[in-house]
Amino acid sequence: MTLRLTDLTVKRGQCPVVDGVSLNVGAGECVGLIGPNGAGKTTLMRAALGLLPHDGTSSLAALPADERARTVAWLPQARQIAWPVTVEVLVALGRLPHLPAGSRLQPADQAAVDAALARMGLESLRHRTATQLSGGEQARVLIARALAQDTPLLMADEPIAGLDPAAQLATLQTFRALADEGRSVLVSLHDLGLAARLCTRLVLMDRGRIVTDGAPQEVLTPGRLAQVFHLRAEVHQTASGLLIEPLGVLT
Amino acid sequence: MKLALALSVLTAALFVAALFVGHAAIPVPQGLAALLGLGDALHVTVMQQIRLPRALLAAAIGGSLGLSGAAMQGYLRNPLAEPGLIGVSGSAALGAVIALQTGLAGLFFLALPLTALGFAALAVGLILWLAGPRGSSLTLILAGIAISALAGALTSLALNLSPNPYAAAEIVFWMLGSVADRSMAHVALALPVMAVGWALLLTLGRALDALTLGEDVAQALGLSLRTVRLRLLLGTAAAVGAATAVAGAVGFVGLVVPHLLRRLVGARPSALLWSSALGGAALTLAADLATRLILPDRDLKLGVIMALVGAPLFLHLIYKTRSEIS
Repeated sequence: MTLRLTDLTVKRGQCPVVDGVSLNVGAGECVGLIGPNGAGKTTLMRAALGLLPHDGTSSLAALPADERARTVAWLPQARQIAWPVTVEVLVALGRLPHLPAGSRLQPADQAAVDAALARMGLESLRHRTATQLSGGEQARVLIARALAQDTPLLMADEPIAGLDPAAQLATLQTFRALADEGRSVLVSLHDLGLAARLCTRLVLMDRGRIVTDGAPQEVLTPGRLAQVFHLRAEVHQTASGLLIEPLGVLT
Repeated sequence: MKLALALSVLTAALFVAALFVGHAAIPVPQGLAALLGLGDALHVTVMQQIRLPRALLAAAIGGSLGLSGAAMQGYLRNPLAEPGLIGVSGSAALGAVIALQTGLAGLFFLALPLTALGFAALAVGLILWLAGPRGSSLTLILAGIAISALAGALTSLALNLSPNPYAAAEIVFWMLGSVADRSMAHVALALPVMAVGWALLLTLGRALDALTLGEDVAQALGLSLRTVRLRLLLGTAAAVGAATAVAGAVGFVGLVVPHLLRRLVGARPSALLWSSALGGAALTLAADLATRLILPDRDLKLGVIMALVGAPLFLHLIYKTRSEIS
């Protein structure tokens, strides 16, 4: 098991934002975390990483910081690139947890950076200044940074928000490929159709709790979409996977 | 590496120039001998007790300001940050002004820089208490602004209450910032404190690189933000507090130098640390040389020249990079 959360609770004041969540993610799984805005998806992931004070246990938060950095790569929703460094330098930051104090990039690190750049199709942008790229390119660069960290688990918070349709699909396909290679991925997202087609498992959250957890077709039923998302929708089983068709908003 | 070499050569050349440019014309061979205590007694005094401490202090102070400016900008991820932001230089200046105003400065040698250092330590204690272990970088900036404002107000009060115009003039001239007429005792007092600051700040390179991706990712990359903040605060306080204690307030170095060198190091915060230390030393040595060359008889202050050079330089940089900033 790559990630094990037991009874994880995060309170803001007295109000629980994440309420007694237990969740396991194993090798080879690409788990989609879905739920309406404010359901607690981001808080759950940040607490699991040990970035927020919490009750209950997280297998990641229990690790020493340097070991945790070699176990999980974290891709937050805010895409921050503070300085005009080159794409290659930025992606190489993912190697920091693997470098002994004071040492430079080794051939193995350079190979990991090259592989990450190749995987995200960024070789031609390698020497460009990261801050001058378009939003979609920056998103890909930051994903490559997380891939360069070369960890058994990748956690990403809405990585496809703001990307064009092809980039959304390509990104999730990359994540799924990582899972198929035996790694684990936990990704929060709002595109239910892509989630249904590319995740091996979906976890539906509402008001800080897990509503259901299972295969996409078990989780995405018209009843749950109405109950959790206030959405009147039809779910079609097609040859290329599940198709969610939102028809109206329930008030 | 080319940049490291160029900056080192530049700093060394300016350091040598600082030793040999001055009121008394001393030929280089005699000057070198005098540094070792040989030859004309007057030359020995000038070289060992006037020019050497002055050049050493200019280089060390410039290095401290450049280094802490680069560290502060890297930590706050803001090119407008500068070492004065945390209120340590303002507080050190307040300590010096109090020492001058009360006559404490005349009581014993080094009373002034020691009081200034004490006040710098007080300021860093206050900021650590205010910005706390869990404090954000915003709390840090706000606490720094509050402490700077308080130190500024108390400095004004000390000036306001100064017993006579001569005392007021002495305070004002001290505050302009200068490395003239400092002794090796000043060097011995300030340099070890600054060196502690440099040692703390130079270890931050990796952390500042990671912070390029934001605080969340930096922590997920195995960084302890608490440790980073503590090292940054203590390092800046030691380097800048000691610099201000012996030289008064010298502005703009910490702001302009990292800005000037950022492109040359590919914007990597870790590479900016050592290069800004060298660049700051070079700029301050050059500015101090300018005070001696432009109006040798009028005792131009280092802080004044630095502001006169720094502000237009900063304007030029903003003009050149405005498209990148927006």
